[in-house]
Amino acid sequence: MTDMIAKDGVEAETVAAVKSLSGKYKYGFSTDVEIEYAPLGLNENIVRLISDKNEEPEWMLEWRLQAFERWKQMKEPEWAMVDYPKINFQDIYYYARPKSMSEEKPKSLDDVDPKLLETYAKLGIPLKEQALLAGVEAPEGERKVAVDAVFDSVSVGTTFQKELKQAGVIFMSISEALKEHPELVKKYIGSVVPQSDNFYATLNSAVFSDGSFVYIPEGVKCPMELSTYFRINAENTGQFERTLIIAEKGSSVSYLEGCTAPQRDVAQLHAAVVELVILEDAEIKYSTVQNWYPGDENGKGGIYNFVTKRADCRGDRAKVMWTQVETGSAVTWKYPSCILRGDYSQGEFYSIAIANNMQQADTGTKMIHLGKNTKSRIVSKGISAGKAQNTYRGLVSMHPKASNARNYTQCDSLLIGDKCGAHTVPYIEVKNNTARVEHEATTSKVDDDQLFYCRQRGMDEEEAVALVVNGFCKEVLQALPMEFAMEAQALVAISLEGSVG
Amino acid sequence: MLIIKNLQVGLEEEDKQILKGINLEIGEGEVHAIMGPNGSGKSTTSYVLAGKDGYKVTAGSAELYGNDLLDMNPEERAAAGLFLAFQYPVEIPGVGNMTFLRTAVNAQRKARGEEELSAGQFLKIVREKAKSLKIDADMLKRPVNVGFSGGEKKRNEILQMAMLEPKMCVLDETDSGLDVDAMKLVAEGVNALRDGKRSFLVITHYQRLLDHIKPDVVHIMADGRIIKSGGPELALEVEENGYADILAEVA
Repeated sequence: MTDMIAKDGVEAETVAAVKSLSGKYKYGFSTDVEIEYAPLGLNENIVRLISDKNEEPEWMLEWRLQAFERWKQMKEPEWAMVDYPKINFQDIYYYARPKSMSEEKPKSLDDVDPKLLETYAKLGIPLKEQALLAGVEAPEGERKVAVDAVFDSVSVGTTFQKELKQAGVIFMSISEALKEHPELVKKYIGSVVPQSDNFYATLNSAVFSDGSFVYIPEGVKCPMELSTYFRINAENTGQFERTLIIAEKGSSVSYLEGCTAPQRDVAQLHAAVVELVILEDAEIKYSTVQNWYPGDENGKGGIYNFVTKRADCRGDRAKVMWTQVETGSAVTWKYPSCILRGDYSQGEFYSIAIANNMQQADTGTKMIHLGKNTKSRIVSKGISAGKAQNTYRGLVSMHPKASNARNYTQCDSLLIGDKCGAHTVPYIEVKNNTARVEHEATTSKVDDDQLFYCRQRGMDEEEAVALVVNGFCKEVLQALPMEFAMEAQALVAISLEGSVG
Repeated sequence: MLIIKNLQVGLEEEDKQILKGINLEIGEGEVHAIMGPNGSGKSTTSYVLAGKDGYKVTAGSAELYGNDLLDMNPEERAAAGLFLAFQYPVEIPGVGNMTFLRTAVNAQRKARGEEELSAGQFLKIVREKAKSLKIDADMLKRPVNVGFSGGEKKRNEILQMAMLEPKMCVLDETDSGLDVDAMKLVAEGVNALRDGKRSFLVITHYQRLLDHIKPDVVHIMADGRIIKSGGPELALEVEENGYADILAEVA
């Protein structure tokens, strides 16, 4: 007599999977290095201190102080569908850098503290110039990825400087760019995301500590993928990076961004600003694999990811493509946007947002059509599991002069289990009657029949979920550069572990 | 071989008994057919063997080559050699048929402690098998069962069967929704997989499938029990007289 329920074995396994999940965030380790902090909290002196540490020109300090004055008058936005305890902005360190990076800055990567280099090696990020992202073979032997590694508030180093210089490409940390190319920074910083844009962008304008700067001269196709790898290590520290990419006429570049943080019980703030300037016939492809620590299954700890990203297609036929895979963070608030100013300019947004356990994501895009014959395309795939809430929020705006502008939006949500939520909030404004806007939205569930089918063929439960979800995300995964597509696919599987049962 | 003894199964959610003591032995290389009226428990038998959720086994046992099936997860049963050809194969959007097959084959190999097949090795085998089953290479590239015709879906099941090389194949109403030509193609596929060792349990409403897949033994199932077993002639009897006579006979 076997009085058993056919489901028993499964549940035991799922429980085991969930139990081991607490240790599942692969990048949750911290690096034990001596850190130099600015005094806790935020006031004018902190702003001055950050500017001083970076040895910035006077105008930059003035700009920061102006932002700080504005910020003091501003209120945190509350319209997003996210819920988190009020942030005490005086209880955060606004600047932290490994001591080894102070005073005498290392001249080359060889001089960098081995512990820092080890951190990146452990994360699978090659700072040695021969290696590619781990696990992927070079297809035609020659594909290279240049990396700018940002650790807490400072850039540790940037690879392939020499080769890029030969091509005329400038790729360095923004603090260095402020010293070496202040005129370029001055011309473009804040020109896409103005100082007063929003609460977090204004905060960032006051206290950004580092980030990447890219300048592609006229007609140059950047000879390799550029990437920045952000790592938050220090406790109670906010990371406020600022990225500025300028693609001159007829140039093109593909840029990747990756993020991780240690597993800590206290939530940490990350408020970045990314500005892209795209001139005539130029093209920027910007990909993000965001895997900040999401907090534990009870919602303890994790990164609050409040990011402003915007691309300005200033020239005719300029093109921008945002691709994001958002798997981490406790709370995500992020809307990479495209201002389609030039005639025939094009914006594309491909997004996968995964929220598991107690994660909350409110993400989407804005497509602002100003020029004639501008085109945009939005493909958003939201996946919710556990008790997570996932919101797509997007704006498509056709201005009066945007004759024959086109937009296509596809917005799909996938639910795993019955305690999570998916929400779609599209805003559409059309002020030109030749414009055309299409919106398609679907919501589906990973159903038990699909999982049983996969398992009958021999896959275990998590493999089955990963397969179904990867199928759901396929269109977006295909938009990623190959180096990241494999990583992202694996990440999709990892971030959903323990989500079924 | 598959040995089912006194298998009694109810629904998990409600107090309803569906299988009331099934006894069945299928030897190596044998083909058995189960026929019976709607609601007799035929499909439930196949689901319980494969380990689908929602059923509660209250008594009895099912062993495949000495492995206690009822004590295993669905994927463990698959790795032990049990294959279920679904009555309604499930669609999985965005997942290429090839990817699905390769993931399944390698998952089973891994579970059995065998080395996984490389992309190259796999491709070679799948092309061969697809060709022998007259399956278009195009079907391999499409997402699993999405937009497949009824016939294509069933042939896809047979292709999966061919790739996974199970010891015991359960075909749940594989002929449902197929026209005569499609049914013949599927039957040919099944026959090609008969190698004297592999066993089959063919569940069907109609005798016509058994014209093409010749069974060694035919069982008639009604109200959760096998009420009569016999040779292929039993299927013909049903075809001519329906189930009424047999039901009356055993009542």
